[in-house]
Amino acid sequence: MNYKMIRYIIGWLIVFESVFMLFPALVALVCGENSFFSFLISIGLGLLGGGLLVVKKPKRTTMYAREGFVTVSVSWLVLSVFGAIPFLLTGSIPSVIDALFESVSGFTTTGATILSDVECLEKSVLLWRSFTHWIGGMGVLVFIMAVIPLSGGSNIHLMRAESTGPSVSKLVPKMKQTALLLYGMYITLTVIEMVLLILWKMPVFDAVNTAFSTAGTGGFGIKNDSITSYSPGIQNIVTIFMILFGVNFSVYYMIICKKFWDVFKSTELKAYLGILFAAILAITFNIKDMYGEFFVALRHAAFQVASIMSSTGFSTADYNVWHGFSKTVLVTVMMIGACAGSTGGGIKVFRITVLLKTLKKELETSVHSRSVKKIKIDGRILNHEVVRAVNVFMVAYIVLFFCSMLIISMENYDFTTNFTAIAAMINNTGPGLEAVGPTQNFGKFNILTKCVCILDMLAGRLELFPVLILFTPSTWKK
Amino acid sequence: MEIMIAGLGKVGQALTEQLTKEGNDITVVDLRGKIVDEMVGTNDVMGIVGNCASMATLKEAGIEAADLFIAVTGSDELNLLCCLLAKKAGNCQTIARVRNPEYSDEIRYIKEELGLAMVINPERTAAREIARILSFPSAIKVDRFAKGRIELLKFKIPVGSDLDEMRIMEISQRLHCDVLICAVERGDEVFIPRGDFILKEKDVVSIIAEPVNASIFFKKINVVTNQVKDTMIVGGGSIAYYLAKELIKMGIKVKLIDRNMERCETLCTELPKAEVVCGDASDEGMLMEEGIHRASSFVALTNLDEENILLSMMARKGKNAKVITKINRIGFHDVINELDLDTIIYPKNITAEYIIRFVRGMKNSMGSNVETLYRIIENKAEALEFIIRKHSEVVGVSLEKLKIKENIQVACIYRNGKVIIPRGSDEIKLGDSVIIVTTRTGLNSIDDIVRK
Repeated sequence: MNYKMIRYIIGWLIVFESVFMLFPALVALVCGENSFFSFLISIGLGLLGGGLLVVKKPKRTTMYAREGFVTVSVSWLVLSVFGAIPFLLTGSIPSVIDALFESVSGFTTTGATILSDVECLEKSVLLWRSFTHWIGGMGVLVFIMAVIPLSGGSNIHLMRAESTGPSVSKLVPKMKQTALLLYGMYITLTVIEMVLLILWKMPVFDAVNTAFSTAGTGGFGIKNDSITSYSPGIQNIVTIFMILFGVNFSVYYMIICKKFWDVFKSTELKAYLGILFAAILAITFNIKDMYGEFFVALRHAAFQVASIMSSTGFSTADYNVWHGFSKTVLVTVMMIGACAGSTGGGIKVFRITVLLKTLKKELETSVHSRSVKKIKIDGRILNHEVVRAVNVFMVAYIVLFFCSMLIISMENYDFTTNFTAIAAMINNTGPGLEAVGPTQNFGKFNILTKCVCILDMLAGRLELFPVLILFTPSTWKK
Repeated sequence: MEIMIAGLGKVGQALTEQLTKEGNDITVVDLRGKIVDEMVGTNDVMGIVGNCASMATLKEAGIEAADLFIAVTGSDELNLLCCLLAKKAGNCQTIARVRNPEYSDEIRYIKEELGLAMVINPERTAAREIARILSFPSAIKVDRFAKGRIELLKFKIPVGSDLDEMRIMEISQRLHCDVLICAVERGDEVFIPRGDFILKEKDVVSIIAEPVNASIFFKKINVVTNQVKDTMIVGGGSIAYYLAKELIKMGIKVKLIDRNMERCETLCTELPKAEVVCGDASDEGMLMEEGIHRASSFVALTNLDEENILLSMMARKGKNAKVITKINRIGFHDVINELDLDTIIYPKNITAEYIIRFVRGMKNSMGSNVETLYRIIENKAEALEFIIRKHSEVVGVSLEKLKIKENIQVACIYRNGKVIIPRGSDEIKLGDSVIIVTTRTGLNSIDDIVRK
């Protein structure tokens, strides 16, 4: 294990996180908030600590898959711990475990909070919460790769471990260029959303926060009622962008390259939009009687489905009071999640497609045992390794899901709460149903539950393996 | 530069590694998904799995944007076909590997008709390299600069030589000849020596000199410089065939040993002047009978690297023959270097080196200025030739005043047909051809040698 290289990368990570903190610090300074000094102290600590770690560049820079996984999961832990410091110092969240929960929820773009009232928070703290979503959405190591020159070829392992989806590949030959492209598209989309929101008369501060939150598919709002109190126009813009950020970013690259036909042919995109619109229609008709008007029902249905499926977690309506069918549909799309290679969470549409195709193939071969079948996606044969990885992911997902649920059920909440709480954590969605519904928060749970939630959020964001590998003894053997 | 490499065999991998290190954007294409994955995992490249002669694959790999397409798959025909397609689809230069001897006589025609920028035959190139060494057996490696007017020679200081314990600055005084020691390999360390550097026996030394001066120098330090009289080649593959052909042309007697009767018969018809022996080279008695002890040089070219190493060690035993070992596959560079094997030939690296030279030449027209490139020591030191075409900050300043970076040496200046081994007071002028020796890789322009 190349510990020196891991140390070096983590050093840079802390340095960059401190630089990111300048942003809320600036807001605090402009608004004359007390939190300015808390941010300043955090930045100082980060630059000092991180700086010490990066002074000496390691000689041997090679990293293998093992280092890639370990680096990514340790990085995210460090990222979250350091990101929690401003919450503690400003006194917004006095308890350590709560601050860590909030920070992890931010970086993993979950958007679940332990705060019952966010409107009393200072602006800089609110901005930091939204900004953590934005950093975590595309991945902080991808950002580092775009900015500093890391070791030659092996940093693909970092990207593989950090990016969402089972088969991560580069857009262009150079890692650095790929990272730059990804962030370029990410920033462009975020800015477009910001501008549109401002044009639709959202206050600038709100627009910036909402755009960050949407871009990372996070879900931290700056209002206690999330997006409910904004105008229908704004709600619709947010709906559209939640859907857009749930799309695989390579689709946008294809659009830039003018390969429209490839976009049109993309199985995953078609499946994602298909499921999304089917869910929206189903819910619209199911809740029409509650809202009376078809278009109001459609707006709420579209917003909620987009929010849950893209794993954002904003809300414009308390869907906890909707009919059982609608709630079930919402939980289903929560599990399915967004596209691979997007900023969203969940199992990912790509994996679901592969799983269904595998199921079909197995059923066919069990009836007709001599037939030879290969699984194809987008007209090309899917590598057996990818299929296996998807299957194993599913197993790991279920095991982690039920173990976590069993542990938190010791608090004796009802089954729906337990189930949707864990689903909202692993899928990085944020709100669930009943006691963790859109109007509720996670503050009521005890420390053990919160710890399990923190672990699940990290595992969910990094797609299980990097985190589970940390608990595998052979990783640490010399 | 955007480069596409089709085929990830030994050469393809060596090329990918080296060309990425030099900062090119590489896309590799191969049918074997596993190898592509491995390559993408270890190098900063993009990998595409597919048939490189299919338009869909080429398009997916982005052939439209590529500047150079290199086809090094196992099949000649496939290489030619995909070069043809690549050229039609994109606007790129193409390099194909064509190894079948049947095509080798028509290669010029193929190259012109298909519009290829370069056709490389690894076996033939390797054979030429071996022939060059046999023409100068004391050297481990011979390279030529400035169209042959300057030679770069690598040799090992023999035990008990005058050079042992000699300072570099004493050489010109004591031996009265104009040579420049540009790199010294000691164990696994490489030095670009300064004047006060002390040579030791068994050091592997690279010198730059005019051919005349080089032979004077070797005479003075009592090293034989005549080409070998005869050669025993074990293994009758394509390299052996090309080598025998080349050596016979040079007037060197060739004895070829191969264990396959059919192959021996073909070789015998193709090379009437060579003595072809059918026998198992692992049979010590047979080798003795064929006179392994009397031969003045021995070349091991069987398909098994391990066998080549063993044969060479045996040929090295006790006698002062020139021994050349071909190693195709295995790595273990450090271990092999310790074996005291004399010259080792790595065909894949020779091919890669030729292509890289071409790539650098191409970059030349796109901004970089490297005329030729020679690797002195595998991945550790290289010699580059620059032609000074325009004015820059290194021109017109005496070398001792230039702040040249560490581990870089201006080894030679070639001006108006004259070779200058530069001293501190010399300066670089417009129109010069300058040879730089360095342990840093990736120099792209003469301006890179000075500290900024």
